[in-house]
Amino acid sequence: MRPKALVLGCAALATAVVLSGCGSDTASGGKTKLTIGLFGNFGYAELLKEYASTHPDVEITDRTASYSDHHKNLAAHLATSSGAADIEAVDTGYINQFKATPDKFVDFNTKGGGELKDRWLAWKWEASLSKDGKQIGYGTDIGGLAICYRRDLLQNAGLPADRDQVAALWPTWQDFMAAGKTFQAKAPEGVKWFDGGPTVLNAIVGQASTGYYDKTDKIVVGDNKEIKAGWDLVVDGVQSGLSSKLLYSTPVWNTGFKQGQFATVTCPAWQMAKIKDQAGPEAAGKWDVTSVPGGGGNWGGSYLTVPKAGKNVDKAVELAAWLTAPEQQAKVFKSAGLLPSIPKLYDDPSIVDYKNPYFNDAPIGKLFTDAAKKLNPQYQGPKAGDIQTAIGNAMQRVEQGKQNGEDSWRQFVGDVQK
Amino acid sequence: MVLIDKTARRHRWDTRFAPYGYVAPYFLIFGVFGLFPLLYTVWVSLQDRNLLESDAASLVWFDNYAKLMADPYFWNAMGNTLSLWLLTTVPQILFALFIAQLLNRKVRTRTLFRMGVILPNITSVAAVTIIFAQLFGRDFGLINWVLDLFGAGNIDWQAGTATSHIAIAVMVVWRWTGYHALIFLASMQAIPSTLYEAATLDGANGRQQFWRITVPLLRPQIIFSTIIATTGNMRLLAEPLLFNPGAAAATGGSDRQFQTAALYLYEQGFTNYDFGYSSAIAVVLAIATVIVAGLGYLVTKRIRTE
Repeated sequence: MRPKALVLGCAALATAVVLSGCGSDTASGGKTKLTIGLFGNFGYAELLKEYASTHPDVEITDRTASYSDHHKNLAAHLATSSGAADIEAVDTGYINQFKATPDKFVDFNTKGGGELKDRWLAWKWEASLSKDGKQIGYGTDIGGLAICYRRDLLQNAGLPADRDQVAALWPTWQDFMAAGKTFQAKAPEGVKWFDGGPTVLNAIVGQASTGYYDKTDKIVVGDNKEIKAGWDLVVDGVQSGLSSKLLYSTPVWNTGFKQGQFATVTCPAWQMAKIKDQAGPEAAGKWDVTSVPGGGGNWGGSYLTVPKAGKNVDKAVELAAWLTAPEQQAKVFKSAGLLPSIPKLYDDPSIVDYKNPYFNDAPIGKLFTDAAKKLNPQYQGPKAGDIQTAIGNAMQRVEQGKQNGEDSWRQFVGDVQK
Repeated sequence: MVLIDKTARRHRWDTRFAPYGYVAPYFLIFGVFGLFPLLYTVWVSLQDRNLLESDAASLVWFDNYAKLMADPYFWNAMGNTLSLWLLTTVPQILFALFIAQLLNRKVRTRTLFRMGVILPNITSVAAVTIIFAQLFGRDFGLINWVLDLFGAGNIDWQAGTATSHIAIAVMVVWRWTGYHALIFLASMQAIPSTLYEAATLDGANGRQQFWRITVPLLRPQIIFSTIIATTGNMRLLAEPLLFNPGAAAATGGSDRQFQTAALYLYEQGFTNYDFGYSSAIAVVLAIATVIVAGLGYLVTKRIRTE
């Protein structure tokens, strides 16, 4: 039994080695196979079909993982120089970590990227540029900021539902919390003002002039009065019972949309696709979008990179450039709501006049292009994504009643400065 | 003469070296997939090494270990690991013994039952954990709903240390009890029935027979199961990871309340990219597992016939 099993094992192993050695990149019927690794919803399904129809020599497979799995797998694949897709999406929170090792990626500047440079917002282009001037990623979308809210829930609690009147409720985050207290007094049981402290806090951090890092890559969040003030405000909101205490992008948070557990959620442009996916068609028209308290800010947005270990680097670069081109970004904005990183689109009437039927015909074109124009880009340091996770954990400790605001803040600052 | 000599020599060579040839595949595979990664991990643990920049690695000898010994989050993770080890291994073995005893009777459709107990083991860890995480959900979880019927609902299972450990232990025990039960069942069937008959004649009841005949005679299997369960439960990763999905998955809860050592290793390696430190955790965890398995062996070895 044993030797036989061993032989079988060897055979299986040998087969596996042979298959993996030539499986992923070989052409089938003369076609080049390209894979594209994504997370969340990039709105690429239709575009990939379109590209394949105009490029019959290319066959594209997309694979989508969760946000954190995607980036951790990418790191593992880069470390071993195998297994990465031909094109890999990277989020703003991770781009700094990856651009620290630019040699793992194709430098777009050597592939004609320099001529395309002016397509993008200058800060978007710079954010994926390595210290030695290599461009590892073409920008897809930016986040921008808005607030998505449930019209019906606000109305039932005696608040206005009209988006201009709602915006007038909260010029500042203090006003936002005050409106929350009014709402909460009349809200039905199980329904809270906002989804969770970390979501609100991320928006406030995104609006700050300085974030977690200063421009020399030093972590300064411990002394950042703007962020600490935002922290205190959100802690107060949590302790006043305004929070559903759900961490964003988790299954329970998804359920929260379905169950209508909260009335508002911080809405970077990409959030709209998530809401639509999670709340489902039965909630169409219940959600609406309005402007965010405070000033302009950004949360999220992504890049397409091409790992160097890929075998079809040139075809992959071509596809990445196509997917991030103005025409395609405009289409993605209309289909999935992702805000283009292309400034010339902000004055394009087909974008500016766009209204989203799911969100009660909210003029999201106007709203988000205004937000994008106002946006004052904040410098992101090497581990901004991890610090964002840590501050989310810290806020959850307060929400779960494990620590008070001060202790949790102190632990957070100590953790990130290690 | 020469010809005979040649065949004889070939025969001698054959008997002398062929056995090595036969066992070689095992050692080759073990060498490539077992020994080499092990030694390589030790080597990496002596380096200051970023996951993505292996070229820039530098040898720092025992710095990673020194840092590790002074790292409160590592000790927190080791504490959680030991707590989960205890909460999973002991119930697993006890439930398995009990289930094996039940299945060792002449019941109708017993093959069906015997097959049934192994079912949890062949399911995917990821799928099971995701479903259990929903069962243990705070707002809409089935378990809280049932508890609510008895007036004790609304437990935030992920928030507390004890509650999260219990939830994770339930997943592991559910998954592995059947496996151990089948091992116990197989050896129970090998116990000669004459022993029980003699005991019955001497007036021993069922409970006495179980503890004084069955359990002592199962000692080798109990030792085996304890060691297997220990090595598995000391490196729990998927359950705590998927119990807390989202960007913060690797920290095992907002205050690392259920971050196991394996999960801390994962966080250090794949979130912080500190490959050297992560490897040092792996080495210490392996040593700790050997020690704990040894302890388990010493405890189970004491099972004796009185």
